[in-house]
Amino acid sequence: MRELLAGRFPREALRAAVDAGDALETGSGGASVVGGPPVVDRVLWRELGEAGFFALRLPEADGGVGLGLPEAVLVFEEAGRVLLPGPLVGTHLAATHLTGPVAAGAAAGELLVALALPPAPVGHLGAADAVLVLGEPGSQELGAGEPGSQEFGSGELGGTGVGLFAADGYPAAEIRSVDPLTPLHLPGSVLPPARALDGGAGVEAASAGADPVLAGADPVLLRREAALLTAALQVGSAGRTLAMAVQHARQREQFGRPIGAFQAVKHLCADMLVRLEMARTAVYAAAVSGDGFETAAARLLADDAASRNARDCLQVFGGMGFTWEADVHLHIKRSWVLAAGRGDTERHEEELAGELLQ
Amino acid sequence: MDLTYTAEQEEFRAGLRSWLGDVLPKLPPRPDPRDWPGRRAYDAGWQRMLYDAGYAGLHWPVDAGGRGATPVQHLIFLEETEKAGAPYVGANFVGLLHAGPTIAAEGTDEQRRRWLPPVLRGDEVWCQGFSEPGAGSDLASLRTRAVRDGDAYVVTGSKIWTSHAEVADWCELLVRTDPQAPKHRGISWLAMPMDAPGVTVRPLRTLAGSTEFAEMFLDEVRVPVENRVGEENDGWRVTMVTLSFERGTAFVGEVVACRRVLGEVARAAKANGSWDDPALRRGLGRLAAEFSVLWRLTQWNVSEAERSLRAGGTGVPGTGGSVFKLRYSHARQELYDTAAEVLGPLAQDTGHPWTAERLSSLSYTIAAGTSQIQKNIVAERILGLPKG
Repeated sequence: MRELLAGRFPREALRAAVDAGDALETGSGGASVVGGPPVVDRVLWRELGEAGFFALRLPEADGGVGLGLPEAVLVFEEAGRVLLPGPLVGTHLAATHLTGPVAAGAAAGELLVALALPPAPVGHLGAADAVLVLGEPGSQELGAGEPGSQEFGSGELGGTGVGLFAADGYPAAEIRSVDPLTPLHLPGSVLPPARALDGGAGVEAASAGADPVLAGADPVLLRREAALLTAALQVGSAGRTLAMAVQHARQREQFGRPIGAFQAVKHLCADMLVRLEMARTAVYAAAVSGDGFETAAARLLADDAASRNARDCLQVFGGMGFTWEADVHLHIKRSWVLAAGRGDTERHEEELAGELLQ
Repeated sequence: MDLTYTAEQEEFRAGLRSWLGDVLPKLPPRPDPRDWPGRRAYDAGWQRMLYDAGYAGLHWPVDAGGRGATPVQHLIFLEETEKAGAPYVGANFVGLLHAGPTIAAEGTDEQRRRWLPPVLRGDEVWCQGFSEPGAGSDLASLRTRAVRDGDAYVVTGSKIWTSHAEVADWCELLVRTDPQAPKHRGISWLAMPMDAPGVTVRPLRTLAGSTEFAEMFLDEVRVPVENRVGEENDGWRVTMVTLSFERGTAFVGEVVACRRVLGEVARAAKANGSWDDPALRRGLGRLAAEFSVLWRLTQWNVSEAERSLRAGGTGVPGTGGSVFKLRYSHARQELYDTAAEVLGPLAQDTGHPWTAERLSSLSYTIAAGTSQIQKNIVAERILGLPKG
């Protein structure tokens, strides 16, 4: 996977994607149209599909790779390392846990499946073919709140809180995403009516728990895996920013020596390594054990490692790190976009605290 | 990452558990923490029970009288003894974990026969004379001199942070035998009898009020040349062999204990109402995450050491040790700071065990390599940054 990404998504491709989004944003002022900047390369997406990125955990008999969550977190770590854009988690989960044409299309890398965890913003909705919604299980009433508010309801989702919808027509308002490579929409307060999904899939939107497309979709499992795979992306980014900081500290000279010879800089880098190793251990352990508490721990530590390592990397880069041209800001911004919202973070902490009383 | 145990390892665990269940109720009451002779006798008694049951020197090589256990078996031993509330290694720490393994690795047959069996039986206690008032983080700059006089070295200088010095029979001592050589190349390793004329021990009171440590003054102490382990001036390398014996298991018992204390703190918070404070609860949740990962990191480091041994390597953990120590030493301090929040006014009573632990936790970011030295090691040896 590292080789595939190095060959097909080198730094030049990352920067080209950033520039493409930038031109749309600053050029026509039309960035608010659903569809957004074309940050996801569909050809690369299919190559990822062929390489088994999405079908990794499907049995070989079903055209999958037959591997498990521990291997999945490794490939997600690689994707996070190079800041690969796209709805990676949603598409992987759709391929793994749904059935029908959308699942098949996701597995092959033919379809992009965005992941919505209301009320958090949804990434890549404009480019996506379908949206996998993980709402609060059991909620039946639609709220009347503003987009993005806590009152957002999921009544159409039925008892399980899981739904699959066509991406176009999914009520959401585009915002100017802080991450140039993750277009964002705030979800609306109503869900779309059931209708045929586009993208050539030709299936009805699936919502009720009884729907065969969602029959295997356990909402608790989906949420846990979404958290863990996102944490793996964060670990990849934290590892990359450490490597960037170390490389820069070795090369950049001030006062007649590499800045990495100064203890103040060394200690920043050492702190980054400790954060990275703790988060990586947490993610690998949770992937092996499948444990909910370990997953919560992994999410907390990985979010922290990604955002704090990116900041420390900026500090090591100094003024150069503050420029658009350096990649540091892309890691900072991605870490913010991927980080669990305040509500989720609190829930993870409360879960872990509650476990102590057992 | 291999987190599963083999059937053989589980069998070892079960046998150990059952033995602990039998013997722990028969232990005498624990002595007062200030009663050093009483503590020595208690620790010696426990070591003798381990010896009689075949658990003494578990991780020592078989030809040194040990069981040649793998790092994972050692981890299981430390985990189970801590969980069962068994006594800590105590006065036998240096003998079992530093001096003994050094002699096993570098000593002559005669030295091994003389010194190793009494350590395993709990008959003789060792202490460590490494640090000096002027040689802390920069240990290799130590100045205690040893001058050859016939069949003995005459040793003069002072040592500090010597645990169990009052009750020890032997001291593993680092001395400078060649003042002209570069600092790492002029050091020798000696086994010094603590009852030799010229040895003065003065207890050193810590900020926690206890006398865990002592200063040791050496005034022309005669140490037989035959007590030197390794070649003259090769003591630095000999010592590093000792330190590398830890194999990532150094803090196993402590992490198990911290996780237990964290649960006790949460239950105390629930009982006294401080649990209703969401900030405190969330802080406890964060600590639960940190300690669960520190436990996994320990398991990982130990299984890496075992894999290295199987592949014919040294079994010395790579980068994991420094990374672990950096995070663990701070997490332990955060744990007892949080315990103090839960205790409220009682946190000011040093009679409360959590308050005593809070005070002693302050040494964790200093002892065995300060956090700053650890960061230098991590930055230079793991990340490859240039030396300052």
